Amino acid sequence: MTRFCPRALAAGLALAVLTLPLIPATPEYWITVLNDIGLAAPVVIGLMVLTGVGGITSFGQAAFCGFGAYTTALLTTAHGISPWATLPVVIVLTAAAAVAIGLMTVRLSGHYLPLGTMAWAISLYYLFGTLEMLGQHDGISGIPPLSVAGHPLYDGRSVFYVIWGFVALATIATENLLDSRVGRAIRALKGGAVAARAFGVNTERAKLAVFVYAAVLAGISGWLYAHVQRAVTPTPFGLNAGIEYLLMAVIGGAGQVWGAILGAGLVPILKDWLQIVLPKLFHRTGDYDTIVFGTILVLLLQFSRDGLWVQVRRLLPAPGRTATVADGPALPRRTLPPRGRPLLDVASLQKVFGGLVAVRDVSFTVAAGEIVGLIGPNGAGKSTTFNLITGVLRRSSGTVRLLGEPIEGKDSRLIAELGVARSFQHVKLLPEMSVLDNVALGAHLRGGAGMVRAMLRAERAEERALKAEAARQLRRCGLGDCLHQPAGTLALGQSRVVEIARALCLDPLLLLLDEPAAGLRHGEKRVLAELLDQLRAEGTTILLVEHDMDFVMGLVDRLVVMDFGSKIAEGGPAAIRKDPTVLEAYLGGIE
Amino acid sequence: MDTTIALFLAQDGVINGAIYALLGLSLVLVFTVTRVIFVPQGEFVAYGALTLAALERGETPGTAWLALALGAVACLQTLALVPAARKGWALVRLLAFDLGLPAAVAALAELTAPLHLGQAARVGLTLAIIAPLGPFLYRIVFRPLARASVLVLLIASVGVHLGLVGLGLVFFGAEGSRSTPLSAANLTLGPLTVTGQSLWILGVTGLLMGALGLFFGRTLTGKALRATAVNRLGARLVGIPAERAGWLAFGMAATIGAVSGILSAPVTTTFYDTGFITGLKGFVAAIIADLVSYPGVAVAAIAVGLVESFASFWASSFKEVIVFTTIIPVLLWRSVRSPHAEDEE
Repeated sequence: MTRFCPRALAAGLALAVLTLPLIPATPEYWITVLNDIGLAAPVVIGLMVLTGVGGITSFGQAAFCGFGAYTTALLTTAHGISPWATLPVVIVLTAAAAVAIGLMTVRLSGHYLPLGTMAWAISLYYLFGTLEMLGQHDGISGIPPLSVAGHPLYDGRSVFYVIWGFVALATIATENLLDSRVGRAIRALKGGAVAARAFGVNTERAKLAVFVYAAVLAGISGWLYAHVQRAVTPTPFGLNAGIEYLLMAVIGGAGQVWGAILGAGLVPILKDWLQIVLPKLFHRTGDYDTIVFGTILVLLLQFSRDGLWVQVRRLLPAPGRTATVADGPALPRRTLPPRGRPLLDVASLQKVFGGLVAVRDVSFTVAAGEIVGLIGPNGAGKSTTFNLITGVLRRSSGTVRLLGEPIEGKDSRLIAELGVARSFQHVKLLPEMSVLDNVALGAHLRGGAGMVRAMLRAERAEERALKAEAARQLRRCGLGDCLHQPAGTLALGQSRVVEIARALCLDPLLLLLDEPAAGLRHGEKRVLAELLDQLRAEGTTILLVEHDMDFVMGLVDRLVVMDFGSKIAEGGPAAIRKDPTVLEAYLGGIE
Repeated sequence: MDTTIALFLAQDGVINGAIYALLGLSLVLVFTVTRVIFVPQGEFVAYGALTLAALERGETPGTAWLALALGAVACLQTLALVPAARKGWALVRLLAFDLGLPAAVAALAELTAPLHLGQAARVGLTLAIIAPLGPFLYRIVFRPLARASVLVLLIASVGVHLGLVGLGLVFFGAEGSRSTPLSAANLTLGPLTVTGQSLWILGVTGLLMGALGLFFGRTLTGKALRATAVNRLGARLVGIPAERAGWLAFGMAATIGAVSGILSAPVTTTFYDTGFITGLKGFVAAIIADLVSYPGVAVAAIAVGLVESFASFWASSFKEVIVFTTIIPVLLWRSVRSPHAEDEE
């Protein structure tokens, strides 16, 4: 097989499609189909970000198209405003509606969320068909076409370039968005929300942001639709249309921009073809294509749940990975408190699950620059204590102070902002994201670029600095060779080290490590011990849970021992080794 | 509004609510046992009503052939996937249930439809046609996805919904149908006229609920279904086949759906796509009851019926908007009260 360049192929294909409207011999029908695809593409791209990347399944995107379409229809026909002038109004109003609907929707959990989208999608559809102002079931007609430089774009050929211009903009903006600080936060929403919050990501805001983003893309598509069709009725904005957009996203492959375009392309073509073929087959007219689409949807879920784009990509040569990460400026560091100053003060901490007291009246302190080990038999409550300190769990009673400030009851996101970073006992990395991106998520709070700057690529300097920091921490932890590998391909021991690198990216005052050495080989443990030792020398304070006693005893300044939820001993490694209570807890009583 | 109108609206609401209760009940049943949010439940209702209407006109309903076709697909799938089903009694059972039963029912429909037999025969035939659709759909669509997340199962059930609605149009055309009432009697209670059909609806709904209560509370199979609902893996470990529980739940859902269709067929005109909106109202009730409590669903369904009926009086054109908007605060309340693990698939 000869090698070919996918970029050249894509460019060639795009060029061929772009010249089609210029060739008089191109059938009008082709142009119509291509325009339909171009109108659906931004909606599906938005839905791809929302559902495929953010994990928020929405059946209601068509309703937002309707929102955009009716807004411009009303403004241009009843108030005589020019179509281009209504675009910013459409964007602002759709965004406002999406914020209102999204505030309710993204709070819904699990399967309530998609059901909720169905509910408001139906409500909006009936509203479009009921409001007198919107022409009820007849809709609004006589909408002016778009015009460019004084030329009204009446026919499909002329409006083609406007439509595909918007598709190109949506594609670029979305690719930029996903490859950014905000993009990492969005990608973490699906299956990694706990870890993301522990590194300061405001997950509710990120959810709302993708919801609004997808809605605005749908609104823009609706605006275009209104001026291309020059009439709007409620039907194309109903729940069935919403289901169809989701179908396009699933067919193309949720999670990939190109998959979204593929899905947006395949469904209308297939639909048109089926609408011609099937009635001949059944000798009757009707919308038989839905039968085929339903079947395709089920078969796809059964046999290729990641969509068709994955299959297409398999045929293409793997994209060349950039072997190096561009060096960025060093990020500012926080000033660490002087060595010996009390940093963490846990007092009478208690956690009750139903009738079970998981953590009972635990008190200890950690001074700045110390390494303190939290040990105890399995089920002693060590990881629960970690979760209480970092705000992943709410404490039942007691106080936790960081540098004298109470932090108990605060959200894990706010505790992260104060400089507390952690690793998890059960590794919480995003398996499909690269190791570098996973670690860069740890530096989330050290950047500030938002969605708009990300879409416009105006945050590249900051992004370079964040990536360089992530690479630096990974190299420091000895994982400089696997920067671009998906995190899911690492061995368990390595994933734990990736979690440490991610925690270091926060530039922590206090580092909480939950079983960092589990799954590491002897040599790797030694390297890890050296790293922790070096961090201590730099002034970072570390609290760690660990079962490997050789590792712990050689490293820590002090130990806190827990058993059955209570603290049973505290002191230096030598004293703990001889402590009779500790020996009894570990080895059983001698009675 | 005077008392007569209020009473009339209330009656209307309770009757519709009873139908929604049956739908909500099936949705809860299917969800708890298989984790499938069964969007196409409403299609069973429309199929039931339209199948009955077709038989009444003396035609063989297309659903009879659909059952045969689905049976054939399910049979082939089982033969391809389960080697143990290819020999001995297992094969005989498979062929008898998947091909023999729907073929016999279809033949019966074909032969008796022109004879215009009595209503009881038509109702029986309708149930025999629709009920097997449930287990067949479960085996074809959802069994291969048994380990998928609730969301994947939800999207798959939307796929089934699309397919069934499209087929409904092929079988029954775009015109709506009504069938003759099960009882022509009218009862006058003070200012209120109660039709015999309403009493049928209330009676059958009550009966089915009682029967379900007994089934889940008293029988071993019912308890096994409940166990599967609580913990799939655990139920399998103690020897309850999750698969059987799955098709049983779908069979019951299809039967209840067909019954609802038969009951509502004389009251409202049913179109091939009516089922979806009706089913969604059952959903609203099911969700208010958090998809787990049967008596809760019944109460919630009656409430939905009442809201709808009074909304249609005060703001008739906004009826659907009002009904579907009521669900959003309920969903919010549910999300706050029973938060899911944030990192679930």
